[in-house]
Amino acid sequence: MLRDITLGQYYPVDSFLHRLDPRTKLFGTLVYIISLFIADHIWAYAAAVLFLAAAIVLSRVPVKFMVRGLKAIVFLLLISVSFNLFLTPGRAIFKIGFLQMTWEGVEIAVFMAVRLIFLVMGSTILTLTTTPNQLTDGLEKSLGIFKKIGAPVHEVSMMMSIALRFIPILIEETDKIMKAQMARGADFESGNLIQKAKAMIPLLVPLFISAFRRATDLAMAMEARCYRGGEGRTKMKPLCYERRDHLTYLFYLFYVIAVLSVKIVL
Amino acid sequence: MAIKVEHLNHIYGQDTIFEQYALKDVSLTIGDGEFVGLIGHTGSGKSTLTQHLNGLLKASSGDILYNGTSIYSEGYSLKELRSHVGLVFQYPEHQLFEVDVFSDVCFGPKNLGLEKEEIERRAREALQLTGLDESFYKQSPFELSGGQKRRVAIAGVLAMQPEVLILDEPTAGLDPRGREEILGLVARLHEEQGMTVILVSHSMEDVARYVSRLIVMNHGEKALDGTPKEVFRHYKELEAMGLAAPQITYVVQALRERGIPIDQDITTVAEARDAILAMWKR
Repeated sequence: MLRDITLGQYYPVDSFLHRLDPRTKLFGTLVYIISLFIADHIWAYAAAVLFLAAAIVLSRVPVKFMVRGLKAIVFLLLISVSFNLFLTPGRAIFKIGFLQMTWEGVEIAVFMAVRLIFLVMGSTILTLTTTPNQLTDGLEKSLGIFKKIGAPVHEVSMMMSIALRFIPILIEETDKIMKAQMARGADFESGNLIQKAKAMIPLLVPLFISAFRRATDLAMAMEARCYRGGEGRTKMKPLCYERRDHLTYLFYLFYVIAVLSVKIVL
Repeated sequence: MAIKVEHLNHIYGQDTIFEQYALKDVSLTIGDGEFVGLIGHTGSGKSTLTQHLNGLLKASSGDILYNGTSIYSEGYSLKELRSHVGLVFQYPEHQLFEVDVFSDVCFGPKNLGLEKEEIERRAREALQLTGLDESFYKQSPFELSGGQKRRVAIAGVLAMQPEVLILDEPTAGLDPRGREEILGLVARLHEEQGMTVILVSHSMEDVARYVSRLIVMNHGEKALDGTPKEVFRHYKELEAMGLAAPQITYVVQALRERGIPIDQDITTVAEARDAILAMWKR
């Protein structure tokens, strides 16, 4: 059940996307997310579909695996779609009591759903093809300029990578605790909302305790290896751009031009 | 015949590159009142198998019968099954959550929907069985020692009064004395309460002295099944699986190789001592 969450999990295969510099991928994800928010025309979405399809093909990660990650946002998706469907003013399709479904609502709801799905898929591809370590390296280097004004770039990226690293561990831990409590007859599925929330206590208490314990253990292990922040720290494998990265940036440029021209012309 | 496992297969992450056979065609029967040791190297599938026995994991194929009824048949209450087949997990930290020991032990029977008096009676009884006296009842379970935590965890399952008790690595991370105490407790439960006990471990030394039957798992398959003496005769195969027979087996084998006619089925130090002394006197 919990194994189905793919967000924040690395999928170890060798592909074009896996070998790409993490900065290229980070930048690509950023461009993609922004493009999704400025796109409001069907053709711009067509470009986004192409972009996503290209990324999926180049990543060599089975689509099934990515779609499984979407299960986690089904609930969010349903809420946003139904709100948009029924609460957007405009030309009515039909009416039930004070709720009316409008043409404008349908349009916004569809765009909203597509946006959300693409957003999650896009960022899932990033984490599926990039190890947390690469991701931090990429982030740290891309944000290096902010170091000059005293922003704790290294610390923040380290925190991020640790957080990402801990997602699968905590999921596994949750799974184990759930099983241990279910073996004592705990029931996490039935009952009303309040009963369900109450049923969470036997799960959350051990989970929090173990998360804190893990955090202190990790801090201790880092200090034992003389970790003292980013200053003066060198890399075994410093990041450097290669031909495939330049090509990818060129591809981003075309994509941005395509989306922007749709926006301006149509 | 309490538990019958028939051609059980379990595959983790089916249809992904993480796909992995955890159990391969496992069949076995565990009778009422048996004391079984389930042994295997890390990743041999022993924990996966135990989680099938109380329905926490669903098999990819195969069947499990509890007292003759398939636990996968429609309308079968897994919750009820879990009160009959009690499973204690390796880390007590995974289940202790209440403010004090006593209420934590009450959690299991409370989930069975019993009356308050009955719940407390069972909790008290379970705590007595595990040898924790009343001074512990109001303590926080998080302030106890490793061995004490484990006792509370076992009591938490015992309070549901299961017919079968499965313990997953109950001695992991304990010092020798704590280990003795927990194993002694389990043996006592088997003898005095007549409980069917399945003890999961990767240490032969631990289980050899207590169990009457050993099941050895290797790469998701049942490799050996028999009395400890029968199983330890295959000590070379055990070694190939990354397991080891008790040290005394090696001493006995070495003696035999030198032509000393000592019984090859000796599994404990005490037995070896007696046999050697007997030969000495002759």
